Amino acid sequence: MNKLFIDADAAIADICDEAILMVGGFGLNGIPENLIAALVRKGIKGLTCISNNAGVDDFGLGLLLQTRQIKKMMSSYVGENAEFERQLLNGELEVDLIPQGTLATRIEMAGMGIPAFFTPTGYGTEIAIGKEIREFNGKMHLMELALHADFSLVKAWKGDHLGNLVFRKTTRNFSTSMAKAGNITIAEVEELVEPGAIDPDEVDVAGVYVHRIFQGKNYEKRIERKTLRIQS
Amino acid sequence: MSLDKFGIAKRIAQELKDGMYVNLGIGIPTLVANFIPENINVIFQSENGILGMGPYPTEAEVDADLINAGKETVTLIKGAALFDSAESFGMIRAGKIDLTVLGAMEVSEKGDIANWKIPGKMVKGMGGAMDLVASAKNIIVAMMHTNPKGESKLLAQCSLPLTGMACVKKIVTEIAVLEIGEDGFILLERAPGVTVEEIVQKTAGKLIVPDYVPEMQL
Repeated sequence: MNKLFIDADAAIADICDEAILMVGGFGLNGIPENLIAALVRKGIKGLTCISNNAGVDDFGLGLLLQTRQIKKMMSSYVGENAEFERQLLNGELEVDLIPQGTLATRIEMAGMGIPAFFTPTGYGTEIAIGKEIREFNGKMHLMELALHADFSLVKAWKGDHLGNLVFRKTTRNFSTSMAKAGNITIAEVEELVEPGAIDPDEVDVAGVYVHRIFQGKNYEKRIERKTLRIQS
Repeated sequence: MSLDKFGIAKRIAQELKDGMYVNLGIGIPTLVANFIPENINVIFQSENGILGMGPYPTEAEVDADLINAGKETVTLIKGAALFDSAESFGMIRAGKIDLTVLGAMEVSEKGDIANWKIPGKMVKGMGGAMDLVASAKNIIVAMMHTNPKGESKLLAQCSLPLTGMACVKKIVTEIAVLEIGEDGFILLERAPGVTVEEIVQKTAGKLIVPDYVPEMQL
């Protein structure tokens, strides 16, 4: 079993035009910086990106928007990006807005082998249009489908050669579910360790879900809204 | 005198009870955390994966790996727990969160809420709002009574696309506290010095006015 790759470019070598990608992170928190940079270098086009947000103009998925590599975004909130807005208003970009919890659960269900589920979210709104509706326990629910991807790109704090991943603080966000949902999951890690160096009790994502892993580098970890406590 | 945004937050904070798990939305709702009554403990949830969110950090405490759902840097209280988005919305849907406070563009007399989309304007997305309003046990809306054009935001029916149906329980504005009753908005309290007439005039939906409407105690 060899899941180790030398770097991001090697790990994404077989991702082609028109691929459907899940990209982990919440805003700029816990995004796979090395993998996004490698996609920009590779220059593949027509990508569908499933990601809660679309980055900012000059970082995160915003970098792939600048180079017009994204055809479609599937997200819950895309308000932080002016280039995104420009492309959307010009009809250059397709966007599918999905309630955040529904998006997270659609991804999680793919990793659990559940093809569809019912949720009350969006009942009575335009999100419900065209969806099967059923009543459970006196409450109306919509049927939502599991969401799969050709490749899931995630960033973890630590990972071992077997693909076991550990996340730090709020960087779990969508990344742990996406890691389980990808047909091929590629993980970049801040610290790549030997099997045994991670306590099995601490594993967030078991290695079975992760197909490729590499040591990331030069993490910028940009903060979107640095907000400080006013000290008296 | 009508309240400012801090006054609205202060009044909503009076709704907090010891032991509650609370999700605060962006804007005025976030300010509620500044006015928690003494002697009660509440635990704040942030839907990107925190239970036990603390105040903003000092410069030395800033951690790029730790943000709230508004993408702001935050801290954790002692006893906090971290999890992923799927689990976070699982606890929201399962009704584990006792109170959600969020802003709105419009609320109807049936408790419908619209707060995510204005036709003709750039739509940024609903984020977690639809999930929160569909499942929270108790939803309080913090908003101004009228929009910048002076039109009432408390309507018989929402004109904007809905975020959720029949879900709002209570509304706190700069002039009034109202709850959603069987037959419309029920006026519970008025801001200090604000007349019932002003509230009636600024409420487009059906408003039930009891014989006595006390002033808010702030």
